[in-house]
Amino acid sequence: MPNAFALSCGLPVSRPRNIVLGHGSGGRLTAQLVRDLFLPAFDNPALRKLDDQAVLPVDSGRIALTTDSFVVTPLFFPGGDIGRLAVNGTVNDLAMSGARPLFLTAAFILEEGLPIGDLERITQSMAKAASEAGVSIVTGDTKVVNHGSADKLFITTAGVGVVPDGISISASNARPGDAVIVSGTIGDHGMAVWATREGLEFEGHIESDTAPLNRLVHAMTRAGDVHVLRDPTRGGLGTSLCEIASSSSVGVELDARAVPVREEVRAACEILGMDPLFVANEGKLVAMVAESSADAVLAAMRSLPEGRGACRIGRVVAEHSGAVIVKTEIGGSRVIDVPFAEQLPRIC
Amino acid sequence: MKYVDEYRDQKLAEKLAGEIRRAATKPWAIMEVCGGQTHSIVKYGIDYLLPNEVELVHGPGCPVCVTPLEMIDRAHAIARRSDVIFCSFGDMLRVPGSNGDLFQAKASGADVRIVYSPLDCLRIALANPQKKVVFFAVGFETTAPANAMAVWQAKSQGIGNFSMLVSHALVPPAITGILESPDNRVQAFLGPGHVCAVMGYREYEPIAARFHTPVVITGFEPLDLLEGILLAVRQLEQGRAQVENQYARAVEPGGNQSAREMIRQVFEVCDRGWRGIGSIPGSGYCLREAFRDYDSERVFEVDTIHAPEPEACISGSILKGLKKPHDCPAFGRECTPLNPLGATMVSAEGACAAYFNYGRQLVRLPAMEGAS
Repeated sequence: MPNAFALSCGLPVSRPRNIVLGHGSGGRLTAQLVRDLFLPAFDNPALRKLDDQAVLPVDSGRIALTTDSFVVTPLFFPGGDIGRLAVNGTVNDLAMSGARPLFLTAAFILEEGLPIGDLERITQSMAKAASEAGVSIVTGDTKVVNHGSADKLFITTAGVGVVPDGISISASNARPGDAVIVSGTIGDHGMAVWATREGLEFEGHIESDTAPLNRLVHAMTRAGDVHVLRDPTRGGLGTSLCEIASSSSVGVELDARAVPVREEVRAACEILGMDPLFVANEGKLVAMVAESSADAVLAAMRSLPEGRGACRIGRVVAEHSGAVIVKTEIGGSRVIDVPFAEQLPRIC
Repeated sequence: MKYVDEYRDQKLAEKLAGEIRRAATKPWAIMEVCGGQTHSIVKYGIDYLLPNEVELVHGPGCPVCVTPLEMIDRAHAIARRSDVIFCSFGDMLRVPGSNGDLFQAKASGADVRIVYSPLDCLRIALANPQKKVVFFAVGFETTAPANAMAVWQAKSQGIGNFSMLVSHALVPPAITGILESPDNRVQAFLGPGHVCAVMGYREYEPIAARFHTPVVITGFEPLDLLEGILLAVRQLEQGRAQVENQYARAVEPGGNQSAREMIRQVFEVCDRGWRGIGSIPGSGYCLREAFRDYDSERVFEVDTIHAPEPEACISGSILKGLKKPHDCPAFGRECTPLNPLGATMVSAEGACAAYFNYGRQLVRLPAMEGAS
């Protein structure tokens, strides 16, 4: 078979160090990117075929399907990067139904000029995250847009998982009497990204908590009767609790002193006038669990690194349906509500 | 967290609340002057720990709220210019002017940036010599020293592409205005802790004496506020009207001398409009003549922009302590933080927004146990 390059002139094909429009052309540069960068990183039988779709075996049961887009500045931040977020975010969205995540897709929108080295780092990071979560990235797409038409790199992932029989987890399943459990400290991801983006220097180091939670969910559902699971990403724990209270038509009582927040994150929030309850997380979940099995679920969570900080933070009640009431540090009360938009630092 | 958790101790809070209950024999209306104090009161539910005799009324000390509409419109006119980088503290960005807020200006192409210190603007000015960098200097005496320092440094370093849109307000003339009002019902003040950390509290002594009204300079943590309330109630019950300093860990009688000197060099007192209240003589700072080249209003000639305040809203009465957010028929209905009709809904520190953000339009919380 003739070599594909045999008919071209003797000059070597240049390998650009930055993304150029040709990388999205569908031509040889695109193929090169797929062959040299994506395939080795994500390698698996379904992807290796390089068909327009992945054809996959599934167990019996119900399919869970989700998709999420990832845009974050900066692309790299303490504790993670956009690639790790893009895998863990979709894995976690699947896991919150009790599903076992199996397959992911990954679509990239690249801005012309993006250093290929950055793309390589991000791809490696996605491969590592996928391997940690036990999922395969089985199909994907790449587009390149003109310089200035996107902010360096956007990633969209979709995910498929299978929900085992007998599991029914939904934001509408909270019942009065349930224990409210969080898997660890809140606000780490949001403050890590904020501090890096804004060039704020705080004492102590704040790292994103981005992590896959499917193993934790599996342990929880085996240990007890889990009614609701949510990963409180954008909007934070406060927003998730409000949404659950509303979907389940129940009230939630939250004990402010029981909510775990790292000292560094608390201090940063104090300085900026922000509330950690509304700061993003990428490796935490909140659960409503039948009180009778709450201790067993907590014990199962604490046996895993991603659930080591798990604790009770409140309970579900029949009163004040749809509202979340916080018992404050000094014994007062306040209602929390979903904020209209992102929190802003205050003047004083 | 050191120096914070000590002031959020439940046992001590309950003890102070008990002392307030024992001290209060008659109904008293106490105004907390600062927006930061209002925010803490609502965030921690401090008012639910108080006996019925003690009513907290929320004061005018939210700098974002009281910035007049026409200043916001001037800010927007400057921010929309293609040769300008407009810098502001975060919570000014969402304040609506006559034509949208600064986020909308940003979405239509304006270069609007959140800064954490006015001195950041000098760095931005040096890095962007082809642009004019403007800082929206809003706030009370608290933020004035750093703002003065930015202008002073710009002048001494010869940074010509920096200017400041100044809308500084002063607390003593505002509380004097409240006390002079014929329908005033405020009987004591929790004075502004951070303002006094800069300015000291001497200027409140003649006010306390003239109107026979106690002023307790108070901090912002729950125990600060409860202790401030206790001191105010004791004065009221004993018929005293003095300036007391609850916030002694931050406030010296004469304030911070070097900060005051920096303010004196750069700013002079002028009349200032207050959103929801109107013009109050001698209630603001303007740049001194020597710094006129750093005054954005002159640089961009926007002082001809005037804007009438909408009439629908009762924020003037709320800022003067005459009404509570619940008293307004528009509260939580037509008027929300997303679509604020007036001053007190625009910032997290405004009384209406504080009530709204902590869900007080959703659920009326029961009185706490023990609060009779």
